[in-house]
Amino acid sequence: MAKITLDNLAHSYLAKPASEDDFALKQLDHVWADGEAYALLGSSGCGKSTLLNIISGLLHPSQGRILFDDKDVTAATTADRNIAQVFQFPVVYDTMTVRDNLAFPLRNRGESAAYVAERVQAIARMIGMEDQLSKRARGLTADAKQKISLGRGMVREDVNALLFDEPLTVIDPHMKWELRTQLKSLHHEFGHTMIYVTHDQTEALTFADKVVVMYDGRVVQIGTPEDLFETPAHTFVGYFIGSPGMNVIPAEVQGTRAVVQGHDVSLTRGFGTPSGKVEIGVRPEFVTLTAGAGLPVTIRRVEDVGRHKIVRASLFGADLNIVVGEGVEIGADMTNVTFAPAKVGVYVDDWRQTGEAA
Amino acid sequence: MNKTTNQKAWFLVLPVLLLVAFSAVIPLMTVVNYSVQDTFGQNEFFWAGLEWFEEMLRSERMWDALGRQLLFSGIILLIEIPLGVFVALNMPKSGFWSSFCLVVMSLPLLIPWNVVGTIWQIFGRVDIGLLGYTLDALGISYNYTQDVFAAWATIIVMDVWHWTSLVALLAFAGLKSIPDAYYQAAKIDQASRWAVFRYIELPKMMGVLMIAILLRFMDSFMIYTEPFVVTGGGPGNATTLLSIDLVKMALGQFDLGPAAAFSLMYNLVILTMAYVFYTVMTTLEKREG
Repeated sequence: MAKITLDNLAHSYLAKPASEDDFALKQLDHVWADGEAYALLGSSGCGKSTLLNIISGLLHPSQGRILFDDKDVTAATTADRNIAQVFQFPVVYDTMTVRDNLAFPLRNRGESAAYVAERVQAIARMIGMEDQLSKRARGLTADAKQKISLGRGMVREDVNALLFDEPLTVIDPHMKWELRTQLKSLHHEFGHTMIYVTHDQTEALTFADKVVVMYDGRVVQIGTPEDLFETPAHTFVGYFIGSPGMNVIPAEVQGTRAVVQGHDVSLTRGFGTPSGKVEIGVRPEFVTLTAGAGLPVTIRRVEDVGRHKIVRASLFGADLNIVVGEGVEIGADMTNVTFAPAKVGVYVDDWRQTGEAA
Repeated sequence: MNKTTNQKAWFLVLPVLLLVAFSAVIPLMTVVNYSVQDTFGQNEFFWAGLEWFEEMLRSERMWDALGRQLLFSGIILLIEIPLGVFVALNMPKSGFWSSFCLVVMSLPLLIPWNVVGTIWQIFGRVDIGLLGYTLDALGISYNYTQDVFAAWATIIVMDVWHWTSLVALLAFAGLKSIPDAYYQAAKIDQASRWAVFRYIELPKMMGVLMIAILLRFMDSFMIYTEPFVVTGGGPGNATTLLSIDLVKMALGQFDLGPAAAFSLMYNLVILTMAYVFYTVMTTLEKREG
């Protein structure tokens, strides 16, 4: 177990990156605290796997350093870093039995036979494959194979960190839930530093203490699931977290007041007069349909998802989503919306502004 | 559902029937026909029954040729398969040099058999051949026309030169199909180079390697042109492999009956061997899996 520090890190797959666009991973400083469970969340191609491979040492960064507990490991091999990693698609040694697969990392490190047998048994119990230990890995289903990969990742007790690269993509939904819960309890029990890459917000929010959201090669926000929901630091976070995502509306901001197409929206903090691309963001949960006050909308569709209704509307031609409680009647007179002032964020060039107390 | 009956549809298979008849059935039946008859020329044939088969089975000449053939195929498989895998493992995996290697490796495969034979025939000559002359100058006794060992060495090296590429290309295709994640996982598991080969590369190559073994076995078992051009089956009968012997018998001596019986048995042997190979290898693979 170790604290992992990324110092001035960046990576480009090109030999001579000319501009910032050439970097798959843009310059980054971050400390992964010892024993925390992180989720690395972002859409495909945002650089999260690149970051993971740099941490595990499979990829050498173009610039910057990686420190494990203040020891520079930038040049160290994967084996020396003592990391475990589980990949998106199951990697099993086909010709070996399940038992040999699980024992492989331990045997390669010269552990005693008794210790290997004991660990293999414990891990097999955890992934629920005790009765299949003597089977060949080749004939197993994809999710059984992925369970073996997970098991191989966890079989060593002394690893510095456990990295997961979208490990549950190929697993059945009910098994996903179970394995995620097991990973979480494993984390509680042994306190490994865990980094879990995913593009599934539910997976990220349920697994991690802290979620790191990446967008276009950059870390845009690190925070608890609550932070990400309440105060998304970037419009991408607002859009990516939540279902449906945050509404982002172009506006002009003057002090404590935002103006959308001539209609006033009040804010609880002062923002001065920002320039650039100014937008306000408000989550669908904090938009209220009214019969008179507020901004005019046209309702296009109502989706009843059981716990609540999602109203798809348009506001001056742009999409606006509204979450309405199950009991609320949506009448023909509901033609306007108001926003909860405290929940409206102001974004300049996609970044959230803190503002000043008004 | 109503089926319409139209017997004219049979005409649609006629072209194929004709093609197969003229390309396979009739020639084969001619051989079968020869194998049970005797002739003294003038297109007069006499019924001989299974005599030729019995004679061939008793013939030391055929058993010797079969022995040489098995030895030849065995040796070239033992060399070409590991060598091909070794070459594939050491080829650049991508980029310009990878394509370069692939092209260079394919070159021997594109050369016609008798040209390969001629190349090595000249290459090995003691008077003008680079190889023969050099060996001779170094004081190594080498003369494939007189020395049995030299003759065998020449045709084996020639076959290795000609066909190792095929094994290497197949093995390389197998290697290329392995996702990077396997190598990364192996690194993380601290697997040794040998373990990576044994548990990742070899199992993933097994399928194509089996095809390579089968192809190389069958091709080498039927080899004719190259050794014939180099040694003509000599010195003596030292490199007279099955096909060479067969041609000698059929065209050289015009013993059509025995030659026909010989070729039918030859055919059976190849079929049986290929079947045994295939069965053994697929069961091996199943047991591995």
